[in-house]
Amino acid sequence: MAKVEYRNMTKAWGDVIGVNNLNLEIPDKEFLVLVGPSGCGKSTALRCLAGLEEITSGEIIIGDRVVNDIPPKDRDIAMVFQSYALYPHMTVYDNMAFGLKLRKTPKTEIDQRVQEAAKILGITQLLDRKPKQMSGGQRQRVALGRAIVRDPAVFLLDEPLSNLDAKLRVQTRAEISKLHQRLGTTFIYVTHDQVEALTMADRIAVMRDGVLQQVDTPANLYDHPGNVFVAGFIGSPSMNFFSGSITGTLDEMYVDSGTVRLRLAQSEVEQLGQESIGKEVIFGVRPEDIHHPQYKPAGVKENLVESTVDVTELMGNEIFVYLQAGEHSFIARVDPRADMRPGDKVQMSFNVDKVHIFDRTTEKNIATPVA
Amino acid sequence: METRLKIEPTSVGVDPDASKTSAVGVAIRFLIGIGLIAVMGLFLVAGFLFLRDSTLPNAIIAIVAIVWGLGGAALLFWVFNWIVEQFSDEWTARLQPFVFVGPAIFLLAWYLAIPSVRTFIISLYDRDGVTFIGLQNYVTIFTDRQMIEAFRNNLMWIVFGTSLSVIFGLLIAVLADRSNAERTSKSFIFLPMAISFVGAGVIWKFVYAIRPEGIPQIGILNAIVVALGGTPQAWFVDTNIIPWNNIYLIVIMGWLQTGFAMVIFSAALKGIPTEIIEAARVDGASELRIFFQIMIPSIQGTIITVTTTILIFALKIFDIVWVMTGGQFGTEVIATAFYRQSFVARNAGLGSAIAVVLLITVVPVMIYNLRQFGKERAF
Repeated sequence: MAKVEYRNMTKAWGDVIGVNNLNLEIPDKEFLVLVGPSGCGKSTALRCLAGLEEITSGEIIIGDRVVNDIPPKDRDIAMVFQSYALYPHMTVYDNMAFGLKLRKTPKTEIDQRVQEAAKILGITQLLDRKPKQMSGGQRQRVALGRAIVRDPAVFLLDEPLSNLDAKLRVQTRAEISKLHQRLGTTFIYVTHDQVEALTMADRIAVMRDGVLQQVDTPANLYDHPGNVFVAGFIGSPSMNFFSGSITGTLDEMYVDSGTVRLRLAQSEVEQLGQESIGKEVIFGVRPEDIHHPQYKPAGVKENLVESTVDVTELMGNEIFVYLQAGEHSFIARVDPRADMRPGDKVQMSFNVDKVHIFDRTTEKNIATPVA
Repeated sequence: METRLKIEPTSVGVDPDASKTSAVGVAIRFLIGIGLIAVMGLFLVAGFLFLRDSTLPNAIIAIVAIVWGLGGAALLFWVFNWIVEQFSDEWTARLQPFVFVGPAIFLLAWYLAIPSVRTFIISLYDRDGVTFIGLQNYVTIFTDRQMIEAFRNNLMWIVFGTSLSVIFGLLIAVLADRSNAERTSKSFIFLPMAISFVGAGVIWKFVYAIRPEGIPQIGILNAIVVALGGTPQAWFVDTNIIPWNNIYLIVIMGWLQTGFAMVIFSAALKGIPTEIIEAARVDGASELRIFFQIMIPSIQGTIITVTTTILIFALKIFDIVWVMTGGQFGTEVIATAFYRQSFVARNAGLGSAIAVVLLITVVPVMIYNLRQFGKERAF
């Protein structure tokens, strides 16, 4: 059990920068998810922490030790790989016991720990099998088991669910969360899947091009994204963005992009202030904050926008509607009772309490929904 | 689905099997078959006679030979394939594979199987192949002092030659994998593979060359020894150290075969997923442990294959010994003994018996090797 800290950590291969000046503190027992598109440096950051990559500058601290020059085996970490990386010539039991044997743990204790981990993961009946004789889901459990028996201070998981089918992924996601609660150890989990990040994390760190964008709880990250990238990356379907400017007065302020013109809520006007009038902005509205005029939640402060339906996708409990308003296209998640056909003209209802406003040049958030 | 249904009635009308069953059709096709074989035979014989007797310029003969050879092969295949296709579908399927593998089986039988049987038969006769003496030759092989020496030496070749090549091959493969100069170092180690065993023998004769004391040494080893103040050594012709002088010859095979082993091991090592090695590192394994407990077991199949392949080389070793010592100075091996008996001593019976013994020794290793290849899906 230990906290982990990246201090001004940079990893570069010649001119190619993998991780750029990362500063991140992960308290003990936290489940932190590193998320971002492929090539954003999240895996590199994890591998540096594991000691599989040497860092170029800065410090990595596990517990109260700077581990820059400490080999992986002495960092008191365990890692689960995307490909599971089980030793193909060993049985499940030996795979799990390998690390303990290397540490000269007494035989009886090894046996006890392996059996216990196997019980937690429900793989007791597989202990005599070789990796080849198991399904992907079973191998994945063994990989987890191999990490658990070591009882490490920090768990590192590098896209552990990516090779599983969709159903198994959802199931294992919940199991990993449960495992974290049960073990009470620091978990650092890398994924490109924002759904995994939102569902499992205590806190999410979003990365892009080697740079940390934002670290926050899933709810805060979703409700108050700090910049355009985070806003677009978290949430599915993605947030709709419109390029425009701020117009009007302090009493009646708008974000205006031509066909889509929304009157801002008072709370956001206060965040923007007088000096923002005329500013070039990008404003975003999540698909679930755009409703069909007949099926909208009670009390929504709405702003109607004349739109044309392009395509509809019925998801069962809701409909994804692809719409067009002038030169803007956007997606709305509407009530399944709404009868919308391609070509229909609809006055879509935008919830003006939920508008995210970003500076167009810096792409940083300048006004965010309150409450 | 619809289009398919429409086609079916017409396809019944031109059923290719229909003509196969009529008596006249069978007779006609039988005659065509005979005719084709005759034409083909004529082409092959005529070509053969032309090539044997022709006095035309060599260039033309070469071109004719190419056309005749390739054309003949193609014709053989085409004619037999046509004939096989005239049978019912069931028989076509049964016979067609033999059209393809038939020629190979024939050649193997002619050049390999039949000679083996003949060699065995000859081994049961005396030196001139006249008097039947039963297993007397085999008794000689296993009692003769020189033959026992040959067996001992072959055993040394197998044990030291194979382990030398395999161990160094593996070591270099692993080390090169971590080195910046991987390509260059591997190229140099692999280079001797391009040299024939005979050529290697000649090269190493110079390496081991000895001149009387006081005269400049032309052999690099003795040059070094003398330069360091020693006296010139006889190396592999030093009869005082028999049987260990064989090691000097075995080193040559190591020099030649290490490259082979290294290349195969190197490929196998690169096939081990890096994540497995990294997992072991995180698990707490030292590099040495990773080598012995992860890498070696992962490439076990390859190690067995390479070992058996080199082992077969060692069993059949002939050229190096023949070039370096001709089997003297206590360096005789089975293959040189066989050569000496067959072609120097003109003892066909004993020579054949030695060949049979060598064959019987190699076969089990060979079978194991082939099985291993099969497992690795090399075929």
